[in-house]
Amino acid sequence: MVGTVGNIERKEQEIIDEFSLFDDWMDKYEHIISLGKELPLIEEGLKTEDLLIKGCQSRVWLHAKLENGKVIFTADSDAIITKGIINLLISVLSNEEPDAIVNADLSFIDQIGLKEHLSPTRSNGLVSMVKQMKLYALAFKTQLNNPS
Amino acid sequence: MSELLTDIEAIRAQFPILKREVNGKPLIYLDNGATSQKPQSVIDAISHYYEYENSNIHRGVHTLSQDATAAYEDVRKKVQKFINAKYDHEVIFTSGTTGGINLVASSFGENLVRKGDEILITAMEHHSNIVPWQMLCERKGAILKVIPISKEGEIDIEEFKKLIGPKTELISLVHVSNSLGTINPIKEMIDIAHAQNIPVMIDGAQAIHHIPVDVQELDCDFYVFSAHKMYGPTGVGILYGKEELLNDMAPWQGGGDMIKNVTFEKTTYNELPHKFEAGTPNIAGGIGLGAAIDFINSIGYDFIGEHEAELSRFAVSQLRDIKGLRFIGTAKERAGLVSFVLDGIHPYDTGVILDKLGIAVRTGHHCTQPVMNFFEVPGTVRASFAVYNTKQEVIRLVEGIERVKRMF
Ligand SMILES: Cc1ncc(COP(=O)(O)O)c(C=O)c1O
Repeated sequence: MVGTVGNIERKEQEIIDEFSLFDDWMDKYEHIISLGKELPLIEEGLKTEDLLIKGCQSRVWLHAKLENGKVIFTADSDAIITKGIINLLISVLSNEEPDAIVNADLSFIDQIGLKEHLSPTRSNGLVSMVKQMKLYALAFKTQLNNPS
Repeated sequence: MSELLTDIEAIRAQFPILKREVNGKPLIYLDNGATSQKPQSVIDAISHYYEYENSNIHRGVHTLSQDATAAYEDVRKKVQKFINAKYDHEVIFTSGTTGGINLVASSFGENLVRKGDEILITAMEHHSNIVPWQMLCERKGAILKVIPISKEGEIDIEEFKKLIGPKTELISLVHVSNSLGTINPIKEMIDIAHAQNIPVMIDGAQAIHHIPVDVQELDCDFYVFSAHKMYGPTGVGILYGKEELLNDMAPWQGGGDMIKNVTFEKTTYNELPHKFEAGTPNIAGGIGLGAAIDFINSIGYDFIGEHEAELSRFAVSQLRDIKGLRFIGTAKERAGLVSFVLDGIHPYDTGVILDKLGIAVRTGHHCTQPVMNFFEVPGTVRASFAVYNTKQEVIRLVEGIERVKRMF
């Protein structure tokens, strides 16, 4: 169990190291934009109303499934910066055990200098996105603990 | 020209926040539609109250209370003059535009509207002028009807006339649209409504700081606005209503100041304006509003209107040349703002990068989701101007947008 938590932290540290290479905000944002453009994070067919997390500014779709005891997240957004940050969140949290996801503190967002994107005042859906990811993980955890 | 420039510099010097840096860049504040910045005189008026007069109003016999009461009631008279109301008791202090609309919907509307009746609003209303009416309609089984707008963002007067029917009980209209900038022909619409004895309420939240408002000349039945969009503090606003209508209305909220006499058997209500002002109000806010009115008067609407119109024209002329930029709202009569979308770039992304450049604009649906649905955009980028903005700032905005375009 401890090992799994360490997994998330290790991935966070990799991102922190990666971002430490950029000197100014422009480069950081250009990197996030390229992460956002990188791939369609979710299949079009999954972009349904019930997967939509509403923020005031941009829309985010989040899908989760449990595979071999690990949670697989896919997500998308209509705004590219949001999408880039989602890409980071997913690379950290996806393919991890529910318990580790529930306990992740995700301080890397702050540490790479993007704290504003996770502050509730931005009302961009990312706060709700993290909350929703943890809720999924919690639900899967309960499911694993009480197999029907 | 140089005289104008000096004036703007002198005006800017009165706003301490404009000296601030954001993300290492001088602040360019173009989100005045959301709330405007406050001049030193407004800030001083608020602190003066807390430093020297702080006490509750209308109830103390002591000096502080009498001073505070006098200062607060003087503002009521100042507002009366400012909007040319007939009596100062037609001026009701509220918590803001939203507070005023809810008061009218809950008090006036509650009494007036019956099952099957109709209330008219426009397709460009702020949520604050949609939801209270929806709630009223739901309570009463009444119907909310929406006056359509054109692709330019203008009200179709012929459609408006057609929508008015024998069941129309009230019309509530935005004076200046916060997401499109359209100045609506409210005088003409009020006259049309009054020809059929239908009362009209005006949401003046985006008008009051751009355009002189004369409620008697307009002959509107209600007019609401917020102090914070006109260089005053947040949490205070005004509901103007015609005396006879206000007199007929039941109080909305109960409590101190709105009563005359309370026994457990029966309570009699205070007179106007106090019957609508339950509880301790935002006294400092009211006093700040007074200072904001002084500030506006010290510059004058001629100057303010001309300067903001010039900024808007300049912004349109500069932004028009940007490839892939589309204006949302191109009405002939517009005030103080430009709203637009960039091809393939989400407004949120634009807003984030502009913020990094120290430029504050509004992005999103601006609390007018139906307008965004109508134009089929997720939101817009809105630059809204105040008297302290400059052409130089517009140029920086244009450069910022060019930068955004290069980044995506
Ligand atoms: C047209 C319009 N109506 C109403 C409001 C609501 O004003 P307040 O939030 O001050 O109550 C606003 C503010 O954005 C507005 O622009």
